[in-house]
Parts: sequence; C-alpha cells; structure tokens
Amino acid sequence: MATLHSRSAARAMMAPAVFLLLVWMLVPLTMTLWFSFKRYLPLRGGDLGWTGFDNYVRFVTSSAFWPSVQATLLIVGGVLLITVLVGVLLALLLDQPMWGQGVVRILVIAPFFVMPTVSALVWKNMFMDPVNGLFAHLSKFFGLAPLEWLSQAPLFSITLIVSWQWLPFATLILLTALQSLDREQLEAGEMDGAPPLARFLHIVLPHLAQAITIVVLIQTIFLLSIFAEIFVTTQGSFGTRTLTYLIFQRVLESQNVGLGSAGGVYAIILANIVALFLMRIVGRNLDA
Amino acid sequence: MGRMVLEKVEKRFGDVTVIPPLDLEIEDGEFVVFVGPSGCGKSTLLRLIAGLEDVTGGVIRIDGRDATTVPPAKRGLAMVFQSYALYPHMTVRKNISFPLRMAKLDKAEQDRRVEQAAAVLNLTDYLDRRPGQLSGGQRQRVAIGRAIVREPAAFLFDEPLSNLDAALRVGMRLEISELHERLKTTMIYVTHDQVEAMTMADKIVVLHAGRIEQVGSPLELYRTPRNRFVAGFIGSPRMNFLEGPEARRHDASAIGIRPEHIMPSPNEGAWKGRVGVSEHLGSDTFLHVHMEGCADPVTVRSGGEVDMHHGDTIYMTPDAGHIHRFDDQGLRIA
Repeated sequence: MATLHSRSAARAMMAPAVFLLLVWMLVPLTMTLWFSFKRYLPLRGGDLGWTGFDNYVRFVTSSAFWPSVQATLLIVGGVLLITVLVGVLLALLLDQPMWGQGVVRILVIAPFFVMPTVSALVWKNMFMDPVNGLFAHLSKFFGLAPLEWLSQAPLFSITLIVSWQWLPFATLILLTALQSLDREQLEAGEMDGAPPLARFLHIVLPHLAQAITIVVLIQTIFLLSIFAEIFVTTQGSFGTRTLTYLIFQRVLESQNVGLGSAGGVYAIILANIVALFLMRIVGRNLDA
Repeated sequence: MGRMVLEKVEKRFGDVTVIPPLDLEIEDGEFVVFVGPSGCGKSTLLRLIAGLEDVTGGVIRIDGRDATTVPPAKRGLAMVFQSYALYPHMTVRKNISFPLRMAKLDKAEQDRRVEQAAAVLNLTDYLDRRPGQLSGGQRQRVAIGRAIVREPAAFLFDEPLSNLDAALRVGMRLEISELHERLKTTMIYVTHDQVEAMTMADKIVVLHAGRIEQVGSPLELYRTPRNRFVAGFIGSPRMNFLEGPEARRHDASAIGIRPEHIMPSPNEGAWKGRVGVSEHLGSDTFLHVHMEGCADPVTVRSGGEVDMHHGDTIYMTPDAGHIHRFDDQGLRIA
C-alpha cells in the first residue's frame, strides 16, 4: 500500500533514526577532518591554529609510518591466510556427518563470542606466558627452552590470537557455502573419474570462491582496526605497531590530536577502498 | 560391451530395507526403463548400479566382471543426473571435456571428442558459454554430451526430463531415443512417468516398494500385466478395476478393463451409468462414469466429438477380449 500518504508517513517515522545515525557518524568524522588540519596539542598549548596539510605530510614522513604499514599488512595478511586455509579445512570437516554435529558446530562458533580484550589476555597469560603458560609447559615437557612468545615472535603471536578469534566467522560462512553445493555435482565428478583431490580443486573450491572473497573483504575491514589485542599484549612494541595503534599513540601518548586525526583520515580512505570492493562483490552476488 | 547382471542385489539403510534381494539381467544395447511411483527404490537401484551407493548384499556384474566393489569411475558407466549437475563455473566445452581431462587424454583427442559430441547434440554454437546462460533443454544436452564423450559401456539416466516443461520433454524424449538408435549403447533410464517408459523402452522394469513387479516389453506389460499394480501403473488413463458381483461373474475377485476397451453408447449396453466429469482432449474424450455399486467412477474413452454431458445416462459395453481378471492376491488369472 505504497500510497503517497503512507510513504511520507513512513519517512517521517524513520527520520529520527536516520538523523541519529547521521549525527553519530558525521560528527566524529567532521571533527577528525577538522582537527587533522589543525595543530592541536591538548597539554602543550591547546589549539595552535590551522596548519594546512602539514599533519598529513608529517604522518606519512615519520619514521614510524612505513613499519606500521608493514606490521598492519603482515598481521592482516597472516590472519587472512590462516583463517581462510584452516576455515576451509574446518568447514570440510564439519560438513561430514558425525555424531554430535550440532554441539560441535556451536563450540566452533564460541571463540567469536569472546571479547577481544579477554581472549588476548587469556592467550597472553594462560598460553604464551613463558613461565606459567601452557606452551611453556609443553616446551619444558619436551625438554626445550620455553619461547617468550610475545617478545620473540610478537607478530606471529598476535596473528595467532586474532586468527583464533576470526576462525569461527570464516568457518561459518564457508560451511554454509559448502552446504549449498549440489551433491549431484560431486557425484557427477565421481562418475567422471575425478579423485577426491581433483573434486575438491575443480568443483568444491570454485564453488567456495565467492564465499572466500567475502570472508577476505569483511575480515580485512575489521582487521585493519584491531587494537585491543595489541594493547593488552605488546603495547605496540617489538614491531607490532600497526597503523591503528600508531594513530592511538599519536593522539593519546604524544598528545598530538592533529597528527593522529590525519592518520585517522588515511585509515578511513584505506577502509573505504576495501569497502568499495566489498560492495561491488556483494552487489554482484545479489544481482546474479 | 554393456551387459549387466544383478544377482540378489539388496540395499538397506539401517533397519529400513529399500531394496529386498532382486535379480535382473540387462542385455547389451538394450534401452531399459525403471519405472515406478516415487519412493519405490528405482533411483536407489540406479545408484547401486552406478556405484554411488554400496550394495548391502549381492553381486553386480558388468560384462561378466564382478563390479560390486569397483569405484564408480572404473565401472565404465556414465550418468545423467536429474539436476544435470553441470559444473557452473566451467564453460560448456570444459564441462564436456572434464571426464576426458580426468582420464588424462591428450589434448587433440579431447578436442576431437568434444567437437564430435557437440555436433551430435547441436551444441557447437554454445561451447564457450557457461551452464547459467543456457536453457533447460540445452543444459540437458550438455549433461548428455558429458556422458557421451567417455564412450561408456552404458548410460544411466536419473529422471533426466523431470525438470523440463511438457513440450521440451517430448522433444528430448525423441532425441534420447534417437541417440540410442545411433549409439546402440545400453541405456538405463529411471522415471516415474509411465508415458516415457512406454515410448522409449525396449524393456520396462516396473518397481514397487523396491520389488520388481514385472519385466517386459512395453506392449507385453500393456497386454498381460502380471498383477493389479502393473495393470494400474501402465497405461494412461489408468485401468478401471471392478470388484463385487461384476467380478464374480468372471470368476475373479477383481476385473480390470482399460478405458479404451469400453464402448460407450447413449441407448444400449451391458453396464449403465451416469456421466460425471468429461475431459475433452480434442482427439479423445475421457468420460468419468458413475455406476451403481462402484465406489470409483469408471473412465471411458470416447471419440473427440461426443455429445454427452454431465448427468446424462450412458450405457457401456466392455470388450470381452480385453478384460483382465485378478485373484484375491491381485495376481493375474490367465
């Protein structure tokens, strides 16, 4: 009943929500943009006036910038690699009919419900601690010197923690994709003489391609902004300072809001580029 | 080439027996149709022959060789699935050549066979398209093409026409029959549609609850159905069954008479009834006649231009030579 009257009534009723969302989004965005063009040092003189693109240039030319980009890419890339590979394997496993399937599936999703801060602290103190951690005990059991995970392999440790958190997401999406595969296609492959590995490569993997793309893009957007895991483990030391963490340090530790805001704008642009690809792929899937 | 023997083949899923032990022989080059109502185990039987399901007991021989535990790909059979099961991300050419690539045939031979199959199936213009860009009938042909190129000992069809619309189905039926004439390869075809069975088969296997009710040529089954189930299943519209006094007059517990073997008349005949719904097909008219003492209406075939209306009184004379008699077990009395 989309009459002119009901449509305008609907608009009027949606307006408060839309307005709230806009304000929620636009105010911080505008403030970030605003501060990024200012020299603003809260504890050292406050607002010191406009500086043009000075903050943007300084952020990029600082010695910490490229290492932080590298750390970001390594963590994001590593997590994507682990979650997609292990996710596909787990999905294949969970797709097999087995006893207690429902319970196992719920257990697999469980890590996703644990808050990032909590899971990072659990990993840090219960698994990776060089004295009391489970890994340390394991090493000692085999007669090896316990590894100091967070200082000797800091990037890998963080990648591991974040991968553990995101594995359920990847597994779940890949599992649903796997379940939508027509069984007759696999049987046709079997009749056509394709051994299991060939069936996986020629039939299952192409079927999963779109799901994998979606997993990669959605995860990228969220992984670009991981913060808690670094904050409670290495605090950005040992080369684990990502772009997000660098921005945090600029604003809160250096108390340079202008410089941090400029970094924030770079991060917004980066995330939007990824989002653009995501929209296109998801949109294309909806069209098909 | 494509001779198959099933000995005491049996299939159970847990406690449920889908197919009690059955024996069946399929000669080389035969077009065999498994027909039966849904859930009768005909698809399961086909999948047992294909090797997609393991038999619970019994032996399957293909060309004299015991194939019971041979994996599907090694049995030399090709299957066309109900959903066609084409690989959606591959072009038609890739789909058809997939079994050849898996068999690691050299490229020139692959191309030769694909071109040949495409020519036979009128797919030459579509080789570079994907299945998603094809119509139902074309997809069906791609699925058949993928089966042909392997040059199998036998083709297995699992309700291949049930996803097509009525007009296309008739066309594809002819094409498959034509293909069989040309290739002379054994074909096993599963369907629930007795018209497909009657028109295509050299030999029909009527299945009911996993049991083989009767095996024979289409006309054999039409003329001398072994029991009431086969009598009712083969023929369209289905045979009329009469029980009670009318059957006792023929020394049977039930008699069956096909609609085409009853002569309707407006003024005289052996049986009297009242016309119910009449279905005008143009060439024929099927009258549903309600008779005193019969629960179900009797179907009668009449000419296309018949002047009978709902509620009219009608007289019918059955053709005595075509009355089928059944005993209280439902078996035919010769």
